[in-house]
Amino acid sequence: MKKSVFFGTLVAAGLTAGFASATTLEDVKARGVLNCGVNTGLVGFAAPDANGNWSGFDVALCKAVAAAVLGDPSKVKYVPTTGQTRFTALTSGEVDMLARNSTWTFSRDTDLKMDFAGVNYYDGQGFMVRKDSGITSAKELDGASVCIQTGTTTEMNLADYFKSNNMTYQPIAVDSNAEGEQQYLAGACDAYTTDASGLAATRAAYADPENHIILPEIISKEPLGPAVRHGDSQWGDIVRWTLFALIAAEEYGVTSANIDELAKGTENPEINRLLGVEGDLGPMTGLEKDWAVKAIKAGGNYGEIFAATIGESTPIGLARGLNAQWTQGGLMYAPPFR
Amino acid sequence: MTSASDAPDRGFRLSQLIYDTRYRSLTIQVITLIVVMGAAGWLVDNTIQNLRVLGKDFNFGFLDNRAGYDIAQYLIPYTNDDTHARAMLVGLLNTIWVSLLGCATATVIGIFVGVLRLSKNWLVARLMTVYVETFRNVPVLLWILVAMAVLTEITPAPNAYKVNPATGEASASMILDSIAFTNRYTAIPSVSFERSLGVIDTALAPVSLNVLAIVLVLAGAIWVNRRLLAHASAVQDATGARPVTWWKSLLILLGPLALLLAALGFQLHGPTLKGFNFTGGTNVSNAFVALWAGLSLYTGAFIAEIVRAGILAISKGQTEAAFALGLRPGKTMRLVILPQALRVIVPPLISQFLNLTKNSSLAIAVGYMDLRGTLGGITLNQTGRELEAILLMMLIYLAISLVISGVMNLYNHKVRLKER
Amino acid sequence: MSDTSHSAVFVRKTMLPPEPAPARQTGLSKWVRENLFSSWLNTILTLAGIAVIWGLASHFYPWFRHGVWNAASLPECRQIIAARWGEGATGACWAVIHARWTQFIFGFYPPELFWRPVLTFGLMLVAVAPVLFTQLPRGMLKFSVVFPLLAIWLLWGGSIWPVVMIAAGFAVGYLVARILAHWGMILAILGAVVAAVLFWIFVPGPVDEILGRVAPIALEPVASRQFGGFLLAITLGAGGIAMSLPLGILLALGRQSDMFLIKTFSVMFIEFIRGVPLITLLFVASLLLNYFLPPGTNFDIILRVMILVTLFSAAYIAEVIRGGLAALPRGQYEAADALGLDYWKAQRLVILPQALKISIPGIVSTFIGMFKDTTLVTFVGLFEPLKSIPDSIRADISWKGTYWEHFIFVGAIFFILNFSMSRYSMYLERKLKRDHR
Repeated sequence: MKKSVFFGTLVAAGLTAGFASATTLEDVKARGVLNCGVNTGLVGFAAPDANGNWSGFDVALCKAVAAAVLGDPSKVKYVPTTGQTRFTALTSGEVDMLARNSTWTFSRDTDLKMDFAGVNYYDGQGFMVRKDSGITSAKELDGASVCIQTGTTTEMNLADYFKSNNMTYQPIAVDSNAEGEQQYLAGACDAYTTDASGLAATRAAYADPENHIILPEIISKEPLGPAVRHGDSQWGDIVRWTLFALIAAEEYGVTSANIDELAKGTENPEINRLLGVEGDLGPMTGLEKDWAVKAIKAGGNYGEIFAATIGESTPIGLARGLNAQWTQGGLMYAPPFR
Repeated sequence: MTSASDAPDRGFRLSQLIYDTRYRSLTIQVITLIVVMGAAGWLVDNTIQNLRVLGKDFNFGFLDNRAGYDIAQYLIPYTNDDTHARAMLVGLLNTIWVSLLGCATATVIGIFVGVLRLSKNWLVARLMTVYVETFRNVPVLLWILVAMAVLTEITPAPNAYKVNPATGEASASMILDSIAFTNRYTAIPSVSFERSLGVIDTALAPVSLNVLAIVLVLAGAIWVNRRLLAHASAVQDATGARPVTWWKSLLILLGPLALLLAALGFQLHGPTLKGFNFTGGTNVSNAFVALWAGLSLYTGAFIAEIVRAGILAISKGQTEAAFALGLRPGKTMRLVILPQALRVIVPPLISQFLNLTKNSSLAIAVGYMDLRGTLGGITLNQTGRELEAILLMMLIYLAISLVISGVMNLYNHKVRLKER
Repeated sequence: MSDTSHSAVFVRKTMLPPEPAPARQTGLSKWVRENLFSSWLNTILTLAGIAVIWGLASHFYPWFRHGVWNAASLPECRQIIAARWGEGATGACWAVIHARWTQFIFGFYPPELFWRPVLTFGLMLVAVAPVLFTQLPRGMLKFSVVFPLLAIWLLWGGSIWPVVMIAAGFAVGYLVARILAHWGMILAILGAVVAAVLFWIFVPGPVDEILGRVAPIALEPVASRQFGGFLLAITLGAGGIAMSLPLGILLALGRQSDMFLIKTFSVMFIEFIRGVPLITLLFVASLLLNYFLPPGTNFDIILRVMILVTLFSAAYIAEVIRGGLAALPRGQYEAADALGLDYWKAQRLVILPQALKISIPGIVSTFIGMFKDTTLVTFVGLFEPLKSIPDSIRADISWKGTYWEHFIFVGAIFFILNFSMSRYSMYLERKLKRDHR
């Protein structure tokens, strides 16, 4: 008897799903909520607080997209995904976008049927070791035990790196970042390897950060960015240009503090176009005219988000490095808004 | 009969399919078949459609590609240049290995604890109850994680075994100079043969002729020993006095083996600390030990309950009868109670073994690379072939389960009460 | 002479008070000797036991004693411990439990709505009580039948009308079955299923809207994603068991059936599910289910997990009930046949009530197993209490590094719940044994 309730719900669920509209944008608007796939918990990038409110660098992007599309940055349902379930969650339509520090690679972009909408953080794989081990270079790690998270690109990079340098190592697989930290701290591995940003965040949280060093070698390129489903370019455009709007806003000096002022119109036509004072950029992709204003208001421009979540003033203390604006020698470069 | 009645109307014939007990079961079965086939067809059709929408195909070709990742513990040679299929095999063997060892230890723990729980010693009986209840009522995942945490936290790092030049002492020392517990693995001596017989390279794994020879000699010795015991029993039946056999058994079992090992030039290599880690010996990873310990302790608690119930199920009269025959308590247990209890114990024991094997798929929580970690973990992730990988993984687990229950059922058949 | 005259034989008129038993045979010392040191083997075991207890206590007691309950972060905990117990002392930082215990229990359920899961849990106890304790009035069973729908509404919130519509669907199916029962049980079942499904497909949509406008009875909706911790574990465990009962009964009957195909399908299903680890089924729920359903179908991960958990526990429940069926004396089946009852009537009136009663301890054990296994949903990204919640708490920079506190807290709750359930199941087994004598 109770079984049938279940099938009833199932039928209902199937039916509502059957009526789902064709494009992701219409879906999101009809639903009134953006489903955003995030990490199950990574300091600085995505973590829930005691009340279940998510915050972090990746989360800020979800909020910006929600603000651009729905006009309200709080209209986001965060779907925590593991390294294993993240891509399926996206391709199956469970989430509308993935903002889960995922590396943009060829096969993921093509074979896994996803589109990466840009890069919000340029990362690279590094190593962290204890200072008293006396190691100063990754080249000295021959024979070491290395803690490594499974289900990520880092495993392949690690194998490749040791192979090309003719060294051996003992992989110690861990299931989550928390597990990895615990193992490393207890000395179960000589080195902990993951994205350099993750290492910095991890190290920052230790009781004795000064006793751990991050080795200078960065052994891979890890461009982390939001991903969307393959085959819906309109939605891809929206996520891509929301990200670019945040980046461009920093370049033009649009901040959450002065945006109301600037949105009334400025001397700079590029800013005017970005903020919808001039031209019709928003409607071209199915959004309101002031989409970028809302997106930027959600958490500030790229620089403000960076500073608030993972920047040097936070416990994580990441420097901008590659993620500085191109004008400052970094790689953050938004194409023109016209 | 039907030909006489099929003329009037079709409704009657149709209703016969429902009401007539001769046809009813047929009707029900046909309907079931149609429904089940329809459902299966629907699922397959959906899958084909979905694959087309996603632009994917269904093939297992990815198993032949280079895996590209490393596995920390393997029973057959493996490097990251091998294929995904090889990685899967490594994982499968790891699963089987930890399950086998786990089942063996859990049984030992279970019998031990189950008997001790019935002990007259108040303290020990209470302690065992506490053990059984604590382990049974908390998820096995927690015990695996706890075992891992304990191993990582309380054991020293390998470099603690390094001699400190200032004091001339190391902060940790090896047991018998050959075993070192560290927070990443337990280093134990490895075995080698000076005059090795060589290795046959099969497609799957190299088979050492030395091991083969040892197994053969052992099997032969056990067979001879059995004959000896059978002979002793025959003598006992005929004359009433049992000849003393223990020293003969010992000689038969150990003598040839010792000779063979001496002939092969058997050697133990103790592990030595070199650089970061111990080399020279065999390093048994903590992930494996934690999983093994967690599974054994958890399942052992269940087996203890089964053993206890089995012993309690044997009526008190059996014990009294055995005492009346003049058997001591130890012998009563061994010769009268346990053989009978075994019949009660074996069926639930089988399902515990199955549970342990299935629970070994939690290995990923401590990073032991079993089938779920390789095929259902990294391979799945790197290739994005979730449909193929998961179906294959389920089939393999199913096959393992069926083999275990098949073998154990055979055994169960053997110990079953022979009713005449 | 005088000797004899004076030699009155001494006859004691009163009984001597019994001598107290020798010190070795009384009180504590006797008990200790008999229970702890009765033989050299026992002595060794006792000493070993004491050594184990002492070893554990001396290791862990200081850590517990140094525990800190009020602090804002782990470093603060460490400072307090260092200040109070001296440099180098280690201690538990219970402050993390103090700060985040609601997350362990409710996950991310909105705090102002905590009363709803609590109420549901209370009502669940009321609903389950008449099933578990036969002394209670049978009328309470009516509430047990209504409870699942009430629980769905209370936990997930939203308008009450969809839930009412589901109930109405059952009512329609039941009515149709009553009418068709005259023409045979199979027809009745088929008719009831078809009627209910048709009702659910066509009626609720428009009617919900109208009723929602006329009488807007609604609770604030809560998304499944916000479920976590023990709320999630209990919802999955209890929901899975409740929903798998009907399926399990059918499978058990199917496995006992004389009909070849039905028996084969039941056996195949049961053996397949029991042969694979739950974790692979959870992967099916999270990764494969959307391959098997029509393109574009997509629903809640918790519902998907619940489906697979239901199938999983159905196979185990089926085996438990099969045991119950097998334990019934053959005479019961024959008696039912002799009364001229058909198969369904015999099952419904004679066989199942008895078989289910015998199966309750087994069902409770299955539930305990199920409840423990819900921790595996961590591998598909749900916030169960054992691994995901601690991991997410450790992702907060102030609690990074807390480890044992989580294990102990979660382990203790699991232990208390499961231990009481297993005690109940043992009590029931003993009672059933008496009943049968």
